[in-house]
Amino acid sequence: MHYADNVDYPRLLSRPSIYIPGLAILFGILLYTQAGATSLGQALAGLFGMAEGSPFATNLLVALVVTAVVAINVAVVMRLRLKHQVYVVWAELALLVLLFFYSFDLSFEFIRRKIGFLLTQGLVTTLYVSAVSIVIASVLAMIGAIAKLSSNGIALGIANFYTSLFRGLPLLMQIYMIYLGLPQLGYVIDAVPAGILALSLCYGAYMTEIFRAGIESIPRGQWEASRALGLKPKDTLTRIILPQAMRIIIPPTGNQFIAMLKDSSLVSVVGVWELMYLARTQGQTEFRHVEMMITASLIYWILSIVLELIQGRIERRYNRAQTR
Amino acid sequence: MIRKNNLSLVESPPEPRGAVPAVKIRNLSKWYGSFQALKAVDLTIARGEKLVICGPSGSGKSTLIRTINALEGFQEGQIVVDGIELTRKPEAVEAVRKRVGMVFQQFNLFPHLTVLENCTLALRLVRGVSQKDAEERALHYLGKVRIPDQAHKYASQLSGGQQQRVAIARALSMQPDIMLFDEPTSALDPEMVKEVLDTMTQLAGEGMTMAVVTHEMGFARQVADRVVFMDRGEIVEQGPPSEFFSNPKELRARAFLSQILH
Repeated sequence: MHYADNVDYPRLLSRPSIYIPGLAILFGILLYTQAGATSLGQALAGLFGMAEGSPFATNLLVALVVTAVVAINVAVVMRLRLKHQVYVVWAELALLVLLFFYSFDLSFEFIRRKIGFLLTQGLVTTLYVSAVSIVIASVLAMIGAIAKLSSNGIALGIANFYTSLFRGLPLLMQIYMIYLGLPQLGYVIDAVPAGILALSLCYGAYMTEIFRAGIESIPRGQWEASRALGLKPKDTLTRIILPQAMRIIIPPTGNQFIAMLKDSSLVSVVGVWELMYLARTQGQTEFRHVEMMITASLIYWILSIVLELIQGRIERRYNRAQTR
Repeated sequence: MIRKNNLSLVESPPEPRGAVPAVKIRNLSKWYGSFQALKAVDLTIARGEKLVICGPSGSGKSTLIRTINALEGFQEGQIVVDGIELTRKPEAVEAVRKRVGMVFQQFNLFPHLTVLENCTLALRLVRGVSQKDAEERALHYLGKVRIPDQAHKYASQLSGGQQQRVAIARALSMQPDIMLFDEPTSALDPEMVKEVLDTMTQLAGEGMTMAVVTHEMGFARQVADRVVFMDRGEIVEQGPPSEFFSNPKELRARAFLSQILH
């Protein structure tokens, strides 16, 4: 826990006043949404030999069974140690998500046939577009943040207009405007560069604000001490302020990277053969849309997890001096 | 001796260095919006002099010493440091900051650097000293402030008193002619005040020119050549500590002393 508090309040879920109404609400929701009529509900009812029962009886049974399972589950997990609790809950929730996907009656044979192409063409393009955009966006954000903090009216004006425009327009519109609008000026631009340009400009605008806030969070005394020692403004920024601001900047920037990874799917509208585009077109031929969408979704999720892990490592590195 | 500010360009011919005061402040006024923080302050600090500036909070004493190395600007008047007139020009500010070291109330050590790096960074970047020489010099001054074995620690691993002594060593490593102290012990736990004051006393004994904003009247009595009492942006009274403490002339100074010397 981030804020250590040495008072042992009774655990939230061990309080009957929370636990029992919580279960009652769950039971009510299951009953109200007619859980017995779902495919999982039917399967569950079948296990109890109630597949042919009246709809209300089935609903009641399914709601009761699910509520009981949740109640027992909570009671068991509550007795584990914190670390194990996290793993168990994670595994259970992941299992539920996979079960949800599984309920679509997917053709795994089709997925197996298509996944190779999805990875070699789609994933590679998605990674390439995202990685290049991330690098350009970071550079734009750093320039934008410094411009916003400067006393140069022209730089300030450009930076303000830039963040306003590119945060204000929908990303989809930006992609169209760059891909379809630039040729009007005589610059014919390919789909991939257009996508990269749109993603970079849009995320650069968001990240400008993150970088600016990170820099502003460093106390003024750091700037004063550095300047009083005779360091130039440039050195003060790069040697004193930015290394400290990185700690603040990294978590929201990691967030932006993950968001960008998934927003790169928007460049599929201009025909870039990235993950989303292929998932859509490959599924079309055999009317297997859901298979491809779910496969693509899981690939995005795995990529996001990888990014989260990398972010964690970087955060630990920049926290070293403070926590030692 | 009243001279107009705009005559400063035809200032007296170069005097021998020993005759130039360390700091000469004339008719200095500063406003924050409509609030006047400094009101036509005149103050000269002689070479080697130890000056203590005291006064109630909001009296402008911190603002005054922060104008000396251009951390605060001013609207009227003139500041001359070591014969260099302080303008807003980069060359003037850089030249003044080369001669003036500063110690802050909140230490302002760089938390992402080790103690040693805190002391060597400016030497390398500003003075162009090689890493090896910079470390040697930094270790010398860290030794002087009695932080011998902590050079490779980070500031957060040191006590407040140790951090402030590192801040002093960091300023001294640049070998300034004048040291400014802005309430150097106000953020410290009581048991750590002495170690910092001892370091400052030792520094005074070595002939450093010092301007110290502090409430430590014991230090003022023992070390200061002159005490300046400020209130509401002006210098109300000044004199040797023996006179100032035993027989303050102004009512406001008397009221202030009775408040802090209970």
